Amino acid sequence: MMPNILQGLRAPVTVLLLMLLFEVAPYTQANKSFEDVRCKCICPPYRNISGHIYNRNVSQKDCNCLHVVEPMPVPGHDVEAYCLLCECKYEERSSNTIKVTIIIYLSVVGSLLLYMLFLLLVDPLIRKHDPYTQPLQNEEDSEDLRTHVDGAQGRGNTVLERVEGAQQRWKKQVQEQRKTVFDRHKLLS
Amino acid sequence: MESEQLFNRGYYRNSYNSITSASSDEELLDGAGVIMDFHTTEDDNLLDGDASPGSNYAMSNGGGGVSSSTHLLDLLEEPIPGVGTYDDFHTIDWVREKCKDRERHRKINSKKKESAWEFTKSLYDAWSGWLVVTLTGLASGALAGLIDIAADWMNDLKEGVCLSAMWFNHEQCCWGSNETTFAERDKCPQWKTWAELILGQAEGPGSYIMNYFMYTYWALAFAFLAVCLVKVFAPYACGSGIPEIKTILSGFIIRGYLGKWTLMIKTITLVLAVASGLSLGKEGPLVHVACCCGNIFSYLFPKYSKNEAKKREVLSAASAAGVSVAFGAPIGGVLFSLEEVSYYFPLKTLWRSFFAALVAAFVLRSINPFGNSRLVLFYVEYHTPWYLFELFPFILLGVFGGLWGAFFIRANIAWCRRRKSTRFGKYPVLEVITVAAITAIVAFPNPYTRQNTSELIKELFTDCGPLESSQLCQYRSQMNGSQAYPDEPNVPATPGVYSAMWQLCLALIFKIIMTIFTFGLKVPSGLFIPSMAIGAIAGRIVGIAVEQLAYYHHDWFLFKEWCEVGADCITPGLYAMVGAAACLGGVTRMTVSLVVIVFELTGGLEYIVPLMAAVMTSKWVGDAFGREGIYEAHIRLNGYPFLDSKEEFTHTTLAREVMRPRRNDPPLAVLTQDDLTVEELQAVINETSYNGFPVIVSKESQRLVGFALRRDITIAIENARRKQEGIMLNSRVYFTQHAPTLPADSPRPLKLRSILDMSPFTVTDHTPMEIVVDIFRKLGLRQCLVTHNGNVLGIITKKNILEHLEELKQHVEPLAPSWYYHKKRYPPSYGPDGKPRPRVHHVQLVRSFSQEEEEEEVEVSEEEVRLLDGTTH
Repeated sequence: MMPNILQGLRAPVTVLLLMLLFEVAPYTQANKSFEDVRCKCICPPYRNISGHIYNRNVSQKDCNCLHVVEPMPVPGHDVEAYCLLCECKYEERSSNTIKVTIIIYLSVVGSLLLYMLFLLLVDPLIRKHDPYTQPLQNEEDSEDLRTHVDGAQGRGNTVLERVEGAQQRWKKQVQEQRKTVFDRHKLLS
Repeated sequence: MESEQLFNRGYYRNSYNSITSASSDEELLDGAGVIMDFHTTEDDNLLDGDASPGSNYAMSNGGGGVSSSTHLLDLLEEPIPGVGTYDDFHTIDWVREKCKDRERHRKINSKKKESAWEFTKSLYDAWSGWLVVTLTGLASGALAGLIDIAADWMNDLKEGVCLSAMWFNHEQCCWGSNETTFAERDKCPQWKTWAELILGQAEGPGSYIMNYFMYTYWALAFAFLAVCLVKVFAPYACGSGIPEIKTILSGFIIRGYLGKWTLMIKTITLVLAVASGLSLGKEGPLVHVACCCGNIFSYLFPKYSKNEAKKREVLSAASAAGVSVAFGAPIGGVLFSLEEVSYYFPLKTLWRSFFAALVAAFVLRSINPFGNSRLVLFYVEYHTPWYLFELFPFILLGVFGGLWGAFFIRANIAWCRRRKSTRFGKYPVLEVITVAAITAIVAFPNPYTRQNTSELIKELFTDCGPLESSQLCQYRSQMNGSQAYPDEPNVPATPGVYSAMWQLCLALIFKIIMTIFTFGLKVPSGLFIPSMAIGAIAGRIVGIAVEQLAYYHHDWFLFKEWCEVGADCITPGLYAMVGAAACLGGVTRMTVSLVVIVFELTGGLEYIVPLMAAVMTSKWVGDAFGREGIYEAHIRLNGYPFLDSKEEFTHTTLAREVMRPRRNDPPLAVLTQDDLTVEELQAVINETSYNGFPVIVSKESQRLVGFALRRDITIAIENARRKQEGIMLNSRVYFTQHAPTLPADSPRPLKLRSILDMSPFTVTDHTPMEIVVDIFRKLGLRQCLVTHNGNVLGIITKKNILEHLEELKQHVEPLAPSWYYHKKRYPPSYGPDGKPRPRVHHVQLVRSFSQEEEEEEVEVSEEEVRLLDGTTH
């Protein structure tokens, strides 16, 4: 029982850990990256000068109006008054994290879409020619038998059979869930 | 023997107390103990007359008289695979699960000293609780980061695309750009709207129509994709998930609800649903996502995977981690888990929740999804003080929040009931598409509804300073740009603010209507963000109104005292914050956790008192219209077996009025301890659909021996058929310690003692229901037997109690929607052949032995006569 569970879990756990790695790993290097650091100063309108936004790559300790606002729009004696109004914020981001996340996300969505199309369009065509599946499924429907079937299908001979068995079981579960949610409206409505 | 017996009794009593000490009502426990003791003493003379060993009533007191190992858990000695597990849609027995865990713990502890390996195993076992919550926190933080980043990107995909780097959203695209101006901060050449890309022009009616079209197109595409993925791969991924998680945590089994497919599909479709612009949020579903992580990781640790009660401790911690990452509010998450979600929350779970929330928040912070080195989107930076007279508008906002909450719950439940009961619910995909289309078409023209709801809230929360350029902040003095910032008092509004007001009012109405129809769609949909948006819009409108009032009437005595000319006294952003908290409070009826979440969310520590006042008012006002929050209402609508521990039971009914069988019902289906055959036992199981059977001494003496669950009996018989030789249909089944004396030619008997629960909870028929309900809530019982003079009279299950509560409520408020009627209208599942499947969620009682029927009937009526006598004397 236990190895089975572990086996079933290995895939999602690996995916999660990988994702975690992808999420966190780029961050550690991100500080070096040039475009991932900015100091943004927002200066409101002052006398006859309109408001302006300044944006520069400077280190955190240099992130103030005097270093960032260039060229200074006001004469020397007004600099202090002008700079008091400006608000400077130091911000970091990790463009690698964003890139990797979006790529992971899109690839997962893409593969799910393909699988969905496969299940909806191609699978019924293949199944139609297979005479064995139909009676088997009816048999499986009785709940008492399910535990046996689970055990038997888990130990297929080849990898392909095992995958097939797992897929059948999963399909049945989803079918059951669909009935519960959409037809009987017992859950989640 | 005697001393051993005493020792055993003491031991079990101790363990019994420690099982339940976490449920914090010592007084009640003492009371329960007294009742039981009273029974045993009263029965003593009768017990002596009982010949069969180990079957006396003292069992129910927790003390096994014969041997300590024949507790409910000597199934550990001869384990039958599958015994002790539960079917789908069944209620777990917390007491049994906790006993099981204690037994397991004891076993590990006793083995600990044997070898280094065993010692390591015990260490691993002790640490597995912390390990599993760490993993859960890590995973939910990472997933929340993924969802945040992907949702922001997809949401901006509706407007346009970043040409230089496809994976950046609008804000990130213009991150390093120097071309942004003060007035139009979000414009930069790298970001192209769809009109610019397709038509080549950024302005003009043609490009507006193009953008409008693309916005609607993407919204529909995302919504369609989301609902398709949900329907094909994981139907359980729809909805907010919090009502179901509450039910699961209270001890209900929904197989697959927290599985890996649900996790994956919920994560993926949540992004799509948020990006489609529907009036929904990602916070509630994130709790579900975190709980899925908790459930999946608990499979790695036998301590949690094999024990449903322990697993629920992990899930409590996981839900705290979920809120922690959803709002960036770790403490709020822990309190949310405690106040709203969890059913059983011992201190150990509190610490683990705290730790899980910490880990999750840390991971999310290091991913830095918003690029501002903060956990949350709505961090406010103002620290302006508030004045006493402002409590009045705050309380008004609280009233609004309460009214909105009550209205929303009624309207949404009515709509969901319609969806549930009419044909209209047959078209989930069409419904989602329709709602998404309406939302997109109506939302686009109004800038406040077009933008992402989180960004709208952020804009409403921010205070107007000289740095702000939004339309909400176009006050007159800034137009001429001659004054410096600190000199600005409250100022008159310009037409810009007034038009913003109109747009906000329209946005408010739109959000109110759309949220009612959106919550409950078959896509992942949370309620927090839309509710907060509604409150924030209303709050901002009130705030600007008060501000203008203070400007035009600054000689009123209220304003004169605090708002002298030149001082900045009204902060509209604070009103938006208070309004958001009030509306959320009205919908969910949370108090403490909500205030903590809001102040962690905004960083506004100064504003706790206004928030508290508004949230409390909204709860009072909301409770005046109906006591349950949206989650309880949905639980009731769906008829989940959830026994709410917040409601108090104030009726004077007795246990015998609630127990089954009722007066006209056929008698209780019982098993006898040693004179049934396998065939008879199977006949009982096949003829009835009840989930458990009391075991009695014999038909003559109706004394209680224990309780056996249907599932366990089925599995045990099946197991014996396969593994043990000589078990025939006419083999004798016995639940006693020693086999009964049988004729020499009879087949080998089947011993089922290992599946017998010898410590079922019992109450007497005269126990007030108040106490019974309390026992059920606090100990998490699944069923409780009712006895009179030690004879089994009937049984009370969790569902009976729920039905009883519903009946009583029906009497008091006949308008209330009925869980009970729902059950009637929607009978439970049907098998594939159209035949009703024997899946009843509770133990009921039926006729089992035809000849026993009369006896039982007689017995009951005799009892009644005696009882009546007793009362008349």
